[in-house]
Amino acid sequence: MLAWTIYISFASALVLMFLPKDRPAAARVLALLAAAAGFGVAAAAFFQSTPGEMVTVVDVPWIPSLGIRYHLAADGISLTLVLLTGLAAVAGILFSWNITHRANEFFALYLALIGGVYGVFLSFDAFLLFVFYEIAIIPKYFIIAIWGSTRREYGAMKLALYSFVGSAMVLVGLIAAYVVSGANTMSLMELARYPFPPGFQFWVFPLVFVGFAILAGLWPFHTWAPTGHVAAPTAASMLLAGVVMKLGAYGCLRVAMTLFPDGLGPWGFDVMGLGSWRDVIALLAVIGIVYGAMVALVQKDFKFVIGYSSVSHMGFVLLGLATLNTIGLSGAVLQMFSHGVIAGLLFAVVGRMVYDRTHTRELTALEGMRLAKAMPFAAGTFVVAGVASMGLPGFSGFIAELQVLIGAWNGYPTLTIVTGCGILVGIAYTLRVMQKAFFGDDPVAARGSAADGETVHALDPISIPERLGAVILIAASLIVGLYPRVLLDRILPSFDSALFQWLRMGGGQ
Amino acid sequence: MSYLETLRLAVPETILVVAALSVLIADFTMRTSDARLRRVIGAMVGSVGCTAAVAWLLVMPAHAEVWQGMLVADPLTQLVKVGLLALTLLTLWVSVDSDFTAHVGEYFALILLATVGMMFLVSAEDILMIFVALELTSLSLYILTAFNKRDVKSAEAALKYFLFGGMAAAFMLFGLSLLYGLSGATNLKAIASALAGRALDPLLIVALVMVVIGFGFKVAAVPFHLWAPDAYEGAPIPSAAFIASGSKVASFFILAKVMMLGFAGVEGEGGWLEFRSGWVPTIALVAAVSMVLGNLAAIVQGNVRRLLAYSAIAHAGYALLGVLSNDGQGIGSLVYYTITYGLATLGAFGVVAVVGPRRGEALGAFAGLSRRAPLISMCMAVFMLSLAGIPPLAGFFGKFYVFAAVVNADMGLLWLVILAIAMSAVSLYYYLQVLKQIYVADEPADAPWLRVPVVIQVVLVLIALGVIVLGCLPSLLVGPLRHAVEAAGL
Repeated sequence: MLAWTIYISFASALVLMFLPKDRPAAARVLALLAAAAGFGVAAAAFFQSTPGEMVTVVDVPWIPSLGIRYHLAADGISLTLVLLTGLAAVAGILFSWNITHRANEFFALYLALIGGVYGVFLSFDAFLLFVFYEIAIIPKYFIIAIWGSTRREYGAMKLALYSFVGSAMVLVGLIAAYVVSGANTMSLMELARYPFPPGFQFWVFPLVFVGFAILAGLWPFHTWAPTGHVAAPTAASMLLAGVVMKLGAYGCLRVAMTLFPDGLGPWGFDVMGLGSWRDVIALLAVIGIVYGAMVALVQKDFKFVIGYSSVSHMGFVLLGLATLNTIGLSGAVLQMFSHGVIAGLLFAVVGRMVYDRTHTRELTALEGMRLAKAMPFAAGTFVVAGVASMGLPGFSGFIAELQVLIGAWNGYPTLTIVTGCGILVGIAYTLRVMQKAFFGDDPVAARGSAADGETVHALDPISIPERLGAVILIAASLIVGLYPRVLLDRILPSFDSALFQWLRMGGGQ
Repeated sequence: MSYLETLRLAVPETILVVAALSVLIADFTMRTSDARLRRVIGAMVGSVGCTAAVAWLLVMPAHAEVWQGMLVADPLTQLVKVGLLALTLLTLWVSVDSDFTAHVGEYFALILLATVGMMFLVSAEDILMIFVALELTSLSLYILTAFNKRDVKSAEAALKYFLFGGMAAAFMLFGLSLLYGLSGATNLKAIASALAGRALDPLLIVALVMVVIGFGFKVAAVPFHLWAPDAYEGAPIPSAAFIASGSKVASFFILAKVMMLGFAGVEGEGGWLEFRSGWVPTIALVAAVSMVLGNLAAIVQGNVRRLLAYSAIAHAGYALLGVLSNDGQGIGSLVYYTITYGLATLGAFGVVAVVGPRRGEALGAFAGLSRRAPLISMCMAVFMLSLAGIPPLAGFFGKFYVFAAVVNADMGLLWLVILAIAMSAVSLYYYLQVLKQIYVADEPADAPWLRVPVVIQVVLVLIALGVIVLGCLPSLLVGPLRHAVEAAGL
């Protein structure tokens, strides 16, 4: 049944492509139905699943002569991310309700992207996973280049090329693994069982890991993320930050770390205090957390703040991966879900609620508009999303980041302390942007905008779809924050499966 | 060994020659009719010939060899011929709405004759036969390039193509004659066994290099590629499409055969920092520079046909990896790669044939095409993304298959695969430039009106479907190829 998430998305994308051009309303309703159906399927599968059990959805030979199979399956990690994808897809469409320019193409590309993302999360054959991974690249380019804003063609091309370079690295690694194993198989389970020579893993692991991590915003390969997020239309920013960056992190976990666990192990020598790729990843992740937060602190553009905050929060996911213990890894997966929801919400407020109405994202300009009075709902949503993003207890971000930090303390006490400082900077930039964008009372700026009384009334009210989308996302973050077991009960047992055997065998330690 | 036997093996080629003559006669009887009608009749007669030949190949599988390898029929050559005929058939219909000549009959007859040359090329394992078939193909292609007599660019392109081609043929002939002198044989396998155990002496090196030059020209690999951009840009569009698709399939196939069979024993070593003279490092070098130069030069092209030409050079580099793997899987992957590449390029030229005559062939001429002609825009997107190697299109699996085959054959060649994959990341940039014009840019207000002929639209949709289906279900072609390679005993 879970496979229908993919088929529904692609089929409706195809239908939308051939829909008459002058019916934007029909296009968005169809898109919403498709996304909701996908979400429904995902949610049903999620709640019906037995914790700890891997569900094989379909497993048939695809290219028999090369041993490639069409193998879709799901464990708790996949299910969590599929659920997130469904949630983000529905919310994204609710927040693109105002798109009328080439609407059918927009939603067609949007659903094609969603279909690719579902496919990645459900693939248990490395070749199939790669195919879906690349399918997700191209729609992003067009969505940003056609419907985007600031420097959209630059941002779109940068994003496409970064993704493609990353996937090129992954492809090299997969071909090498395929040939070296000599087993004529691309199945992740089979390859994970094959003991690749340590010398081979030493260079293939970083290749594949970084290839995927480029998309997860690993510092210093993160630069596509802020420009891409800023250039993208609202729904695309939500998806980019919400699920596409998770594709990268998921690939790191599912492919790089399970296939080449020895690549994480110590090199046997030290380079500036770093003794393994694991140390390198942890260090880069923490640099990403702190750097992203500090850069976000000084941005003048509202959306850039959120863009850099995504880099910062994705650093937690990568740090969680580097902990190599169950608590840290499950924290990483939880953080993927949490950041997917919260970043989606933040981008929705910035892109749809604020920018589409005020047509500016300059914080100094927004300061004079007193948006909290003009759009109390937007302000309220942003405050909630902001505190969730800071990691306030009660929201999903808190429990996820806490788990990552607990996990990291084992191996990297110093880095954990540095990360803690990063969290403080995160609180600072969130409060700063919240204050400037919504609760500005700078009298100079207020006088600067011609007649503040009128600007307040000129803004359209927040529409029903926007309210609905915001409520869904806030609810998701709250539910997971208050009752994390709803996800953790399914994530944690996944690490007991054969794929993660190396965790218990001390692999990579 | 009777002549009857030879004729039986050469039935498909004979059918095509008959079809070529029929086209000439049919066209001769309707000199005064409407030019488009004559083109449709020409394409129809040609299609009947191609279809009959394909039917014969599929219904009467042959596995025989006559005149010491002058003519070899085995499942693999038969499969390649079917691919060639399919590409020819599509080219015929792409030509129907291109109005550049009054000599319709001659045009179609030459396309068919060139195909005959390619088919003989595919089934030759004898250097004399290879050379003759190569010349039949090349001479037809030179004329096809020059066919637009009203256009000075067409003449220039043909002259360049001819001069370079003549020179390359001379090199190749020289190489082949040295090979004969060394071995006393003309059959590829006999040459290899006569040369067996012999060290790589200077004379053999000269022979090898000369042969590589000759074929390097045919497949447009750097540094023998200089003719390609001009020929692709100046030739009538269907001719360019044919040079880029069908002739590539045949040339690569025979190149692989000559190297694998004729130069068996002098492979050398192509691994990084482990070079040892032989044909593998020679071809590896040509492949590496083709990929790098083709892709980098394509980035700066403003003309879509020149862009396709440089992309062809780059793809020649990737396809050469299939030759390098030097085993059955390699040749299977090579055939898959060249056929799917031929389809995508043919389709891309088909789109240029629609847009070019009215709006020009600059990148900007495609601005806003997706809103004017959504269907062919979608087709173009499929072709460009397939060429860039985006799944689930055929171009992606082609690349994967070739790369996996070459690494499987020799792990030392991984450096070349890494280079190829890096370069294909570069290539996405310029393919996206074309799609950016089509989908993102807005149509200029003064853009001339555009008519999309129904025939070409149907052909393009068929090609696009072919690219998608072969990409989603590669087994349709990979399965038969594997069987054919095994049966052929390569």
